[in-house]
Amino acid sequence: MARYIIQRILMLIPLMLGITLITFTVIHLAPGEPVEMQVAMNPKVGKEARERLRKFYGLDKPLHEQYVTWVGKLARLDLGRSFSSDNRPVVDKIKERLPVTISLNIIALLLEFGLAIPIGIMAATHRDTWLDKGITVFVFVGFAVPTFWLALLLMYFFGVKLNLLPISGLHSLGSANFGTVQYLWDLAKHLIMPVMVASFGSLAGLSRYMRSTMLNVIGQDYITTARAKGLSERTVIYKHALRNALLPLITLLGFSIPGLIGGSVIFETIFAIPGMGQLFYQGAMSRDYPVVMGILVIGAFLTLIGNLVADVSYALADPRIRQGGG
Amino acid sequence: MRIIRGALVIVFLVAACILAACSPEEHQQPVPVTRTQHSPPVTGDAIVEGTIGEASTLIPVLASDSASHAVAGQIYNGLVKYDKNLTIVGDLAQTFDISPDGLTITFHLRKGVTWHDGSPFTARDVLYTHRIIIDPKTPTAYAEDFKQVKTISAPDDHTIRVTYEKPFAPALASWGTGILPAHLLEGKDITKSPLARKPVGTGPYRFTEWVAGQKIVLDANPTYFEGRPYIDRYIYRIIPDTSTMYMEMKAGAIDLMNLTPVQYARQTSSRLFSSRFNKFRYPSSGYLYMGYNLRHPLFGDKRIRQAITAAINKDELIQGVLFGMGQKAHGPIVPGRWAYNPNVRDIAYDPKHAAELLAQAGWREKNADGILIRNGKPFQFTILTNQGNQQRLMSAQIIQQRLKYVGVDVKIRIVEWATFLKEYIDKGKFEVVMLGWNISQDPDMYDIWHSSKTNPGELNFVGFKNAEVDRLLVEGRGTFDIEQRKKAYFRIQEILADEQPYTFLYVPDSLPVVSARIRGVEPAPAGLGHNQIKWFVPKNEQVY
Repeated sequence: MARYIIQRILMLIPLMLGITLITFTVIHLAPGEPVEMQVAMNPKVGKEARERLRKFYGLDKPLHEQYVTWVGKLARLDLGRSFSSDNRPVVDKIKERLPVTISLNIIALLLEFGLAIPIGIMAATHRDTWLDKGITVFVFVGFAVPTFWLALLLMYFFGVKLNLLPISGLHSLGSANFGTVQYLWDLAKHLIMPVMVASFGSLAGLSRYMRSTMLNVIGQDYITTARAKGLSERTVIYKHALRNALLPLITLLGFSIPGLIGGSVIFETIFAIPGMGQLFYQGAMSRDYPVVMGILVIGAFLTLIGNLVADVSYALADPRIRQGGG
Repeated sequence: MRIIRGALVIVFLVAACILAACSPEEHQQPVPVTRTQHSPPVTGDAIVEGTIGEASTLIPVLASDSASHAVAGQIYNGLVKYDKNLTIVGDLAQTFDISPDGLTITFHLRKGVTWHDGSPFTARDVLYTHRIIIDPKTPTAYAEDFKQVKTISAPDDHTIRVTYEKPFAPALASWGTGILPAHLLEGKDITKSPLARKPVGTGPYRFTEWVAGQKIVLDANPTYFEGRPYIDRYIYRIIPDTSTMYMEMKAGAIDLMNLTPVQYARQTSSRLFSSRFNKFRYPSSGYLYMGYNLRHPLFGDKRIRQAITAAINKDELIQGVLFGMGQKAHGPIVPGRWAYNPNVRDIAYDPKHAAELLAQAGWREKNADGILIRNGKPFQFTILTNQGNQQRLMSAQIIQQRLKYVGVDVKIRIVEWATFLKEYIDKGKFEVVMLGWNISQDPDMYDIWHSSKTNPGELNFVGFKNAEVDRLLVEGRGTFDIEQRKKAYFRIQEILADEQPYTFLYVPDSLPVVSARIRGVEPAPAGLGHNQIKWFVPKNEQVY
């Protein structure tokens, strides 16, 4: 078993190198350079200033040299400094945005699953009734409604008309002087709308999936048996059927995990939430190579680790895998 | 089960309420208190400005984005500044004199000015700022103007003397650059300085807090040399989406923002709105244009360029794209500036005249689709513009329609900004571009029109070459005499109006809106910010 794990970990090294190479190539293949983006179309910037900036960022060196420098730093866990004019370490930029994105994504994910599962069950147990059809319409409305449009309507209604919820951002002005409870309540109020909007769109897929697996399970012989035993419908559905129907959903949950560090640009922009989506998008638009490459590499690394954990746990469960057979 | 059903009912109710919310706004919310018009200025309260972009660094010489310069402008001072009528006056320099030959500028610095940390401001800070800008190791975009400096010296602690090789008019304005604190930066690497995130300046507001991606908070500087600003706090809130920002403003969480034309014209006209906010409108410092690639055989002919201009209805563009919030442009200078020539003869919208000009240039016959042909080839070109600018796209579409009437087939192509610059502009691979220039207060436009600036990566990318304009550009920047400069720039505008290397389309208006509780806001040619330290909120209306 130990040998299998070591093998798998060693395999990660060439994989990781490949990832860095592809990441580096892709971003450098994009036309335009960071310096261009900063100074282009500015009458006050001469050619010399451009050359000076290119030199400062090391863009005057040949590509392979730039790659080696970058990978060398990466090996020492240094993501380098941003090519935007603040020139801050990429790690700092990611660090200040990651917590927001991860916590928002986790809350939204919990809400999605928390709502989609009961909705799916309801639809399945009330199959083809008005309730089932109503749910179908509702979740597909959520799927079809453009996020930004819904967000604006909600903002207008709850923020401007009723003045109940803050419209955007994460904290109220002056929240630094609040007590802990008040501070958290303020934060929660800011999160209600973004989380609502984020979850609403994903309900359709998940709840449909839940409905179909549930229907599948309910049709099985052992459910008939359970009913024949005279168990209450409640016990049959929630004890016997649900457990089996949940398994595929757990796999889906697993798939969502690498997505936790990614953010949605549209959604973050409209709610003015400083998350990873905006950072990555702005990085890509301004050709801020270190930021873009940094985020890509972290994402790829997390995916690799996720796969490794999955494989190892499969191996623990299934002897055929760890023996390299089957 | 019951809970779930309850939840569903609630969700449906919410949806219904949202639909109901889409009713007209007039009868919502009580009309606010009547405002006293003449109250004496008092201190206190805060102002929240919405900004779509976040500042990147608060060391002005390193920053290249407008968001950074806006914030840094509150924190730092230059030696000179533009006053409300766009005349250059002293700032950190009490006064300045220019020698009669225009070669030496002497700045007499203010005495008793202190940095926000209490250290005195002296000539040493100015010398340091100059040194760091021209240092080849500093990644700054602003070295060009300072490289013209021949010598710089400080005869005493409060005098700076700068000499130039030849008279250079933009030099004076270049000293508006924020002066940096030498005592905190000397001998250190400026690119890694903590001042980028925690600046120390001499300006009306002191830096307090920066929450990344959310806000920057500044507090009034009680010892500001022009007097303490009345408003205690200045907060920049970063809200990347203009619709969200507009909602925040309506909810009262934002006091100052720039409106889009549609918001100004259609969504902010109610009585309720005008009782809560004051809207302002004045020409912005930029223009939209259509630039012709003059190396292209089609556009080498002046008559063709004039014909295209005559076929475009600029008024229609302004109505359609800007809801009327702009004015026609017929040259590279914005109306209202001293260098603006109001008597330039613009080519008026006249499709008949356009057709005549095209006929003179040999485009007489039309094919079955109504497109002009010459030697069997149809008159066809592509307008290239950058992605993400709706106004440019709409303008191009309207122009496409207009040109079709005179028999010109126009295609529109939209390209992402970085690609646009690198692959098309720099390589000269375009026929017509739709772009805008933001122009500085000084009318010097050497880099855009001089024939020496046509190399790849330079700004005369349309390839305009005109000996008279070249001479006038050099003349215009080579003297401090306003009348003489005026003459040069007036003539340049006449030549450009005739040559039409660009079709100058329009100058959009700036459309700022300020909460009505803030008094003392006074629009001027320079915009709103010129008397910001005099803004105040009457005691009974203060909210923060």
